[in-house]
Amino acid sequence: MTTFLRVAGVVAALGLALSACGGGGDPLAGGGTGETGDASAPIRIGSAAFPENQLLGEIYGQALEAQGVAVEILQPIASREAYFPGLRDGSIDLVPEYTGVLLQYLEPAATEKSADEVYAALQGVIPEGLTLLERSDAENKDAVVVTQEFATANNLTTIEDLAPLCPTITFGGPPEFQERPDGIPGIEATYGCTFAGYSSLDVGGPLTVTALRDGTVQAADLFTTDPTIESNGFVALEDPLNNFAAQNVVPLVNTAKASDQVQQVLNDISSRLTTEVLIDLNGRLAADDRPNPDTVAQDWLTEQGLL
Amino acid sequence: MTGVIDWFADPANWSGPDGVPVRLLEHLQYTLLALVIAAVIAIPLGLWIGHTGRGGFLVVGSANALRALPTFGLLVLLANVFGIALTPPIAALVILAIPPMLAGTYAGVQAVDRAIVDAARGMGMGEREVLLRVELPNALPLILGGVRSATLQIIATATIAAYVALGGLGRYIIDGLALRNFAEMAAGSILLALLAIGIDLLLAALQRTVVSPGLRTPAAIRTRPRLRAV
Amino acid sequence: MNWSWIPRNLDRVAELTVQHLWLALLPVLLGLIVALPLAWLATRARVIRTVLITVTGLLYTVPSLALIVMLPLVLGIGILNPLNVVVALTIYTVALLVRSIADALDAVPQAVVAAATAMGYTPLRRFVAVELPLAVPVTVAGLRVAAVSNMSLVTVGAIVGLGGLGALFTDGFQRDIPAEILTGIVLVLVLALLVDVALLAIGRAVTPWTRAGAGARA
Repeated sequence: MTTFLRVAGVVAALGLALSACGGGGDPLAGGGTGETGDASAPIRIGSAAFPENQLLGEIYGQALEAQGVAVEILQPIASREAYFPGLRDGSIDLVPEYTGVLLQYLEPAATEKSADEVYAALQGVIPEGLTLLERSDAENKDAVVVTQEFATANNLTTIEDLAPLCPTITFGGPPEFQERPDGIPGIEATYGCTFAGYSSLDVGGPLTVTALRDGTVQAADLFTTDPTIESNGFVALEDPLNNFAAQNVVPLVNTAKASDQVQQVLNDISSRLTTEVLIDLNGRLAADDRPNPDTVAQDWLTEQGLL
Repeated sequence: MTGVIDWFADPANWSGPDGVPVRLLEHLQYTLLALVIAAVIAIPLGLWIGHTGRGGFLVVGSANALRALPTFGLLVLLANVFGIALTPPIAALVILAIPPMLAGTYAGVQAVDRAIVDAARGMGMGEREVLLRVELPNALPLILGGVRSATLQIIATATIAAYVALGGLGRYIIDGLALRNFAEMAAGSILLALLAIGIDLLLAALQRTVVSPGLRTPAAIRTRPRLRAV
Repeated sequence: MNWSWIPRNLDRVAELTVQHLWLALLPVLLGLIVALPLAWLATRARVIRTVLITVTGLLYTVPSLALIVMLPLVLGIGILNPLNVVVALTIYTVALLVRSIADALDAVPQAVVAAATAMGYTPLRRFVAVELPLAVPVTVAGLRVAAVSNMSLVTVGAIVGLGGLGALFTDGFQRDIPAEILTGIVLVLVLALLVDVALLAIGRAVTPWTRAGAGARA
């Protein structure tokens, strides 16, 4: 019996020691329950779960780190609907955002469409405690995408052309697109297009591409900077009535962490990002050897002389 | 909480391709398909191994290793290969369900009193008869215990089929998460828990009716810890 | 197959492995700490036992993904707090252990309990020094099941950004890198195996009398 107690004691002590010396590997350190005030703590950078957004997070993070700012780059987090509460509760300090969708998320009734209008409107609705930095010219919009064959067969170049066919086709996109104001409700209101069905897939990822290619859906929500649109011979339909507002990449940061230096570094990045740069960077991510977003970010920052 | 009640009260959530009846049927369809395929593989194999006594260590070893296999990883790997189809989730669920059924069947046959088997042989029964008329009925409580545990695991795990663009009750959880719609997620979870409990009660009743009155509920079924995968 | 992905990402894989172990094993320890007093309570009164086993049985049917996404609401913590995963897995561990430990405690021969009482053991001391050690083999069996299943369960958390090695599944799927997904699967299997063997060894080390008895009989 004493042997039992002794060994049990050792096991318990080991367990305690183990939990005490967690150090850097302990995911329980800094769980994020409203610790917004501390400016010296590392900037926690979040991103949505799609490669371009992760890449932008890496670019922000590495550029800041190069200037001696402490950062922590978090695992990607599903969608805006999932990570935005984290921005509010202080578990995330910085995310690469897109102006148009962010405005509609914060102000569903917003009607602004052009890049400057959207940016100005957005400044007015950013929640207290968060700061919107300067916007870039780089734009990545949602687009209604169809296959080349489907476009040719039905003579489609714009979403307007698609409208008469809508009741006969199934649309595919991320689950949240079904309810976002510029998603299905927007397409319905702007183009009078009501789809026969909706298939919940992913955020411009492999499921959406596969579903469109194999005919599970006839039209889908993909991103204009997505290199798979070209590589699969898909056609992004034009949006003449501006259902999709301007979508410029912009850093959204916890005000408590937005020191002058941080602002300067991030604004400099924004001034260098253009849509062409985004398409190029996405192409690099999709290269055959599938480089990691941090590597692609590092290469680009090096080319820009920022590292 | 009121949001969840509103969700259940909203007739829109009870009809159409995203309505509860459709999602529930999809979930049951995945469950039944996976369960039947897994049973066809695991039960005869378990009976044969238990009867011949050959390869028992293989069953125990491989069943344990399969238990540690992350079903979510297997699912995305299969989806990466097969695309959007029923194959990835069904194959992943079948692999998930085999170990408990195989182990239950094997253990059931193993546990049959050797004296009974010898008596059956002494009565002139052939090996086939011994297996089907003596070992199988005696092993039934443990076999059904394995089936029950496999079924519950499948029901819980079929949730992640929604991650690879399929239906089932997991749709409410994945969609609710993307939309930050807690009412929808909660409703999905409640439906799932109710389904699991309901099916478990059903199987428990089945177990009582088909098991020979001579071997009612051995302690092994009650105390054997159930393993969950998702 | 992009095997070159593996050498390029060793750091990240190591980091995720450490996170994975924390997320999977901390709940085993916490679950044991919570389950022991509950199991003891369950052996005291029939009513408590029925209530405990029903409640834990019900909790056990809630799918982990559902639990992980609902917990922030219940606990009032951030959505990205790893505690969500830890608490969810702790609940399953407790559910698994309470019943088997309670059964094991019930199986302690009355004569042994009576002897300890006659020797003047207080109920608490008797529980810690006599009944509990006799329940160790069953407890360890339960812990092994919990640890092995936690290893696999943690990965589901990746859907909400908290999955340890599960991040390799979501990322590998999204970016079409099968080598990354396979790496995750193999590592989870290996970790599960190692932890299983380690718990088995600990179980043996703390119950020397089980082997002594077996040896004497043989």
